[in-house]
Amino acid sequence: MSFLFHIGRYAMFVKQVFGRPVKHRIFFKQIVREMDVLGLSSVGIVVIISFFMGAVITLQTAYNIDLPIIPKYAIGLAARDSIILEFSSTIVSLILAGKVGSHIASEIGTMRVTEQIDVLDVMGINSAGYLVLPKVMALIIMIPFLVIISMGVGIIGGWTAGTTTGVVPSDEFIYGIQYMFIPFYITYSLIKSVVFAFLITTIAGYWGYYSTGGSLEVGRSSTRAVVISSIQILLFNLILTQLLLA
Amino acid sequence: MIEARNIIKSFDGKTILKDVSAVFKPGQTNLIIGQSGSGKTVFLKSLVGLHEVDSGDILYDDRDFTRMPDKDRIKVRQEMGMLFQGSALFDSLTVEENVRFPLDMFTKQKLDERRERANFCLKRVNLENVNHLYPSEISGGMQKRVAIARAIALNPRYLFCDEPNSGLDPKTAIVIDELIQEITKEYNMTTIVNTHDMNSVLGIGEHIIFIFNGEKYWEGSSQDIFQSDNKELNDFIFASKFFRKIKDKL
Repeated sequence: MSFLFHIGRYAMFVKQVFGRPVKHRIFFKQIVREMDVLGLSSVGIVVIISFFMGAVITLQTAYNIDLPIIPKYAIGLAARDSIILEFSSTIVSLILAGKVGSHIASEIGTMRVTEQIDVLDVMGINSAGYLVLPKVMALIIMIPFLVIISMGVGIIGGWTAGTTTGVVPSDEFIYGIQYMFIPFYITYSLIKSVVFAFLITTIAGYWGYYSTGGSLEVGRSSTRAVVISSIQILLFNLILTQLLLA
Repeated sequence: MIEARNIIKSFDGKTILKDVSAVFKPGQTNLIIGQSGSGKTVFLKSLVGLHEVDSGDILYDDRDFTRMPDKDRIKVRQEMGMLFQGSALFDSLTVEENVRFPLDMFTKQKLDERRERANFCLKRVNLENVNHLYPSEISGGMQKRVAIARAIALNPRYLFCDEPNSGLDPKTAIVIDELIQEITKEYNMTTIVNTHDMNSVLGIGEHIIFIFNGEKYWEGSSQDIFQSDNKELNDFIFASKFFRKIKDKL
């Protein structure tokens, strides 16, 4: 019953979030601010994670396909497809669910328990829309850039690890990452990331918005936001993969 | 004028407000008093629409707030100012930006005009040279005054104050009380103050409603309190030895 209650309330919350903003000028200002807070501030962690992720994928692939019949460039090809298809969108989104999701839930949750959201409601402002919609739009705009950065850095990480350890020659790796390249894989990855951005921001916003009590409950809401948005990312990853690649 | 008619409000099957009716006139400080958990905050939040009532009517100058469509409700809400218990200032905005916030949202004034109005409101609550500071950088009493300045920025017709003195020292509490009373007279606002502070009750209580267990038990002025033989009211007002002595002397 609790599950159905949250599904229903989440649907109504999302509807409220997409209500018409009071002032478009302020709304666009907020989007720009949130693009900085949620997107630009995440570039560092995305770069670090992607570099090491690419490196590990390359090394693991190399050690697992160490057979004479498999050409070395297959390491680059496998690393490229793993990074583009899965890691850069899904893993980066899971990381963002932790970083951005907890930030959104705790920010909005604190505003709820300190009655700042009530202030907006009393003024006649659509508080859910005012607080959450700029975050949704900002992350939807920023996440494709983060994913593309992640793809590039991941491949650089793979090349660095592969060539420095000597498991794959540089020219073979570069040939591998160009071999049988399917551009739609990037589109597929970006579509997924946009859906994940929507899930991260709305789920975190939902748990923050309906926080009650004090700091302990805000902490719980933040944890729930991260856990549930992570599960939803994995679930929608499965659904979107079936829909887009089948 | 605000009129509440037969307000009933429940949470999870428990009735918090039981058929409460009251009329709050403009130009005077209307107080809602009662013990913690008596339902006075629920009543105040029901009046401003933060809680939807189960039944009853709330009229703002004969406009039925409970039944009007959301579009009209937003217009009425823009005539309200509210001071919350914990000030509820926006942490990410400076003092001036907090006061300017309703002006930014609802007026088409130029930035200079909005700034001028924000500064006027801050001066009105005796705050100067704090415009650039954040709420965390000023005292609790100053935060309350900033919240009052924000509440009056749009020249509201109705002012609601939920426990404006909570967490303040007696001297600052009196300053806030007097400020609320002065502003009420100056702008002829309908002001409703939720409090359990006896200094406020006796100091600014021109019209007082006593809520006990979700019911309206008594209504009158601060002068009438001393003559009342309502047991629940007397137990509440004269709970301390000090106030009992004052009553005995009178």
